[in-house]
Formats: sequence, structure tokens, C-alpha cells
Amino acid sequence: MLILTCPYCGVRADETELSPGGEAHLKRFGPGSNDEAFEGYLFVRENPKGVHFERWRHSYGCGKWFHAARCTTTLEVFGTYEAQTSEPPKAIREAISAKRPGWSWRDLS
Amino acid sequence: MRRFSAFAIAREAFRYHSGWERHWRNPTPKKKYDVIIVGAGGHGLATAWHLGKHYGITNVAVIEKGWLGGGNTGRNTTIIRSNYLQDPSAAIYEKSRSLYETMSQDLNYNVMFSPRGVIMLAQTHHEVRGYLRTAHANALQGVKTEWIDARRVKELCPIMNIDGPRYPVLGGLWQARGGTARHDAVAWGYARACSDMGMDIIQQCEVTGVRTQAGKVVGVDTSKGAIGCDKLGMVVAGHASHLADMAGFRLPIESVALQALVSEPIKPCMDVVVMANTVHGYLSQSDKGEMVIGGGTDGFNNYTQRGSFHHVEETVRALVETFPMLSRLKMLRQWGGIVDVTGDRSPILSKTPVDGVFVNCGWGTGGFKAIPGSGFAMAELMAKGASPLTDEFSMFRFREGKFIDESVAAGVAH
Repeated sequence: MLILTCPYCGVRADETELSPGGEAHLKRFGPGSNDEAFEGYLFVRENPKGVHFERWRHSYGCGKWFHAARCTTTLEVFGTYEAQTSEPPKAIREAISAKRPGWSWRDLS
Repeated sequence: MRRFSAFAIAREAFRYHSGWERHWRNPTPKKKYDVIIVGAGGHGLATAWHLGKHYGITNVAVIEKGWLGGGNTGRNTTIIRSNYLQDPSAAIYEKSRSLYETMSQDLNYNVMFSPRGVIMLAQTHHEVRGYLRTAHANALQGVKTEWIDARRVKELCPIMNIDGPRYPVLGGLWQARGGTARHDAVAWGYARACSDMGMDIIQQCEVTGVRTQAGKVVGVDTSKGAIGCDKLGMVVAGHASHLADMAGFRLPIESVALQALVSEPIKPCMDVVVMANTVHGYLSQSDKGEMVIGGGTDGFNNYTQRGSFHHVEETVRALVETFPMLSRLKMLRQWGGIVDVTGDRSPILSKTPVDGVFVNCGWGTGGFKAIPGSGFAMAELMAKGASPLTDEFSMFRFREGKFIDESVAAGVAH
């Protein structure tokens, strides 16, 4: 069972209190973009074996969306952070580097 | 290979069963093969077998990271059916179901195919309308299914409570020729037949890289050294994205955990398969007497082959209402497998941006039933470069918007 700390209300929420929202920091494409970009935005995902960034919602709590950094091979949680950012904050990236030296995700590392 | 037969059993009975052979060889990899299939699960082995059987391509290696049939082939709930809504799905799944009927004879290996019938329960009015539509579509596709009312459901499966307070049974979609098979035997039977054709099945050999030259595949790097090939088939389910990454392209796939569990063995009480999609549960009784229960997938990416406990709880809670007798059963084992889910919940059997690399993945939560049909179609695709069964299942359909939208048609359970 996953336990994530909501960065807004500070509650250590277990999975039954949360809703998964898929991959984080997607770049959105709309009308006028080319087919490849639109396909990438809608369907193609990192699906990494290791470090991953996701969106979650504290649905049975404060109701707010937030981000989580997690490992898909061990289910270890590296940390959670607020939704109002287009990339993971430095503190989260450092926390991951401490545990998974040499990690990469898209163009982050 | 010595054939299995009634005579063989009698012969071995007279010599203390000392003459049974190993089912497949355990070879060291050659320098180069015509075709390499990555993944010795049901789909990979079926692809190799059909390549040899129909196209005479037997210089084939099937490479497996773990052990043969140890992934989703050995972890599913063994349900076989073909009552899909969309034409391309009905075509490949019905081909598959029909191949299961003769598989034991074709492979000379008892896969225990049991066409005991599958009921897909309708427990909401929305589902009733959906299954009536599917029944009509199946009639046009030549797939024999039938809409049955609640009384008939109760006749077919007397242990069911059809007037539960939350989820009353309103009827069901009945496919009499659906059923189950012994999942391990399917992998073992194909492996034995492939090995007999001279193919090499190389276990505990992890692919670590894909070698290309001028946009064409020339081989793979593995934990047992580099192996050359002219064509490469990636048939690795949950790890499809990971392997595609090595070849330099991306797939519209997410890997999530799907769980199943079995009860203690009890006397025969249910001789059909029941799927209840509204409550995310499906149930059948194995030949050993265990009730085999499957549930829904987790909502997040996962490679651990473990799922979240609350999904098991939800599945069991819902099934207990429809099958009250389950509440007295102890559950023996629970496990998870990593399934590869696409955006439209339909598989990918396709050429790729790399010349000579073919991909077969995205079967998601419903791959077991498709094993022989998938192998048949994938072999044709790899041998000829195209197959009428795979045309619609291209990995490029997402860009074109030509979805095969079974996520709406089939609810969740596959």
C-alpha cells in the first residue's frame, strides 16, 4: 500500500484516500500542433523502470492535486510536491540523487 | 521428440517411467539466427511455433530473461473468450479461440482446454444495453454468443445470488465455446514443439541492448553475449516500453499491476466461467477445485509484480455479494503480474520505426486468451511483412486516431 504525504494539508494519506492521475509534467499540445506532438501528448508515456514523476489527487482529503516522485521497481516514495510547477523542485531531485545516483527521466537527471 | 500417447503411458508404466524425455533442450546461443523472439511467454513461443509451422523458419531463438512462462502466462486466470465488440478484435480473438480447440492435438501436448462456457454478467442497465449490442455485433462477425436472461444465468450457475441489493443480475452475454485452459501447459507445449523443430529457447538471458546498422536491426546484446539476427520480435508484455527504449522508439504503453487470487480447493460447485465487469471480478473453478478469482488493475505504474491490497479487498467484497458462498472460503494465494495497457485497451502487433523489428504487446489484462491467435498473426506479420489480422493493430494507429476502442466495449475485465 502506497503512503503519500499531501503537500497541502500535510496528511500522510494511504492509497485508498488518493486517486492516481498519471504521468506528471506533460507538455500539452492543442489544435495546430503536428500529429506526432499530439500523439505524444495524448498517448506516449515514459513508463520508466525506476524513478517516475506522477500526479495524484488527495480525493478523500483536501481534494487538491499534487505531484509525487516514486520508484516503479521498489514502490519507494522519494517525496511529494505542489502542483504549481512544471518540473520537480531541486530538493526532490537531490533526494532522488541521494538514493538513485545516475537516475534520469526525460531530460532530467 | 518422443510423442505422448496412451501407448507411451503404458510403455513407461512397465519401466518405472524412466523413459520420459526433457521437454526442451537448454542450448547455448549461436552467433546468429534468422529470427530472434524476445520473451518466452505464451505469445513469444506461439509466434516462434507458427513461424516454423507455416513459414518453415526454424533458425529461431526465443530469449527469456527469467524462466519460460514465468511472467503473465503463468499468472493469469486462464479465461478464453472472443465476444468482443469491434471487428478487428473479434477477428483475432475468435481465430485464437478456434486454435485453442485443436491446440492439444497440434502440439501433442494436453493443454486441458475446457470449453465450459463464459457468462459476462450484466448488473446495470447500461451493461444490458452494451451486451445486447455486443451480441448483435458478434452475430454479424460470426462469433457465436447469445444474450441470456437472469433465470438462465441462475440455471447455468446455481451458486449465484441473482437478486443482490446493490448489483442484481439482469442477464448476461453467454459464449458457450469460451472456457479455460491450463496456462503453464500452453507455454510448455509450445516450447516443446519449438525445441523439436530445432529452435533454441534460451532462458535466464536478459536482453541489454538492440544493435542496429543504418536503421536496420542486426542483433541484440544479452547477458550471454551478443547474438545476431535478421529480424527481431519483441513480445515482452509489461517490459515492452523498456525494450522499445533500447531500440530507440517509444510506445503508447503503461505498465501496471493486475492481481489474482485462489481459494482453498473445494468440491465442484461451478462449471462455467463468470465475469462481472461492473464490480471488477471474475471467477472460475480450477480442476483442483480452487476458486480462481481475478480483479482490476492498479491505477499507477508498477514493475514489482505486487499490487495494492485494497483492489483485492474490493474484488472479493463485490464477488461475495453475487456469490455468497465465497464468504466462507479461505484464500490460499494472491499474486500480481505486470500488464501492458495501451490508450485504447487493444493490443499492438506492428512493424516499428526500426527496420526488421516487430512488436507484439499491449494485450493488457486479456492476453492469455489471445496466445495462439497472436502467435499466428505475429508470425505472418514477421514472415510476410503484413497480415490481415494485424493491419488494424499498428502502433501508428494512435497518431492516426484509428482506435480499436474496446475499453468502452468491454468495460474493464478482459
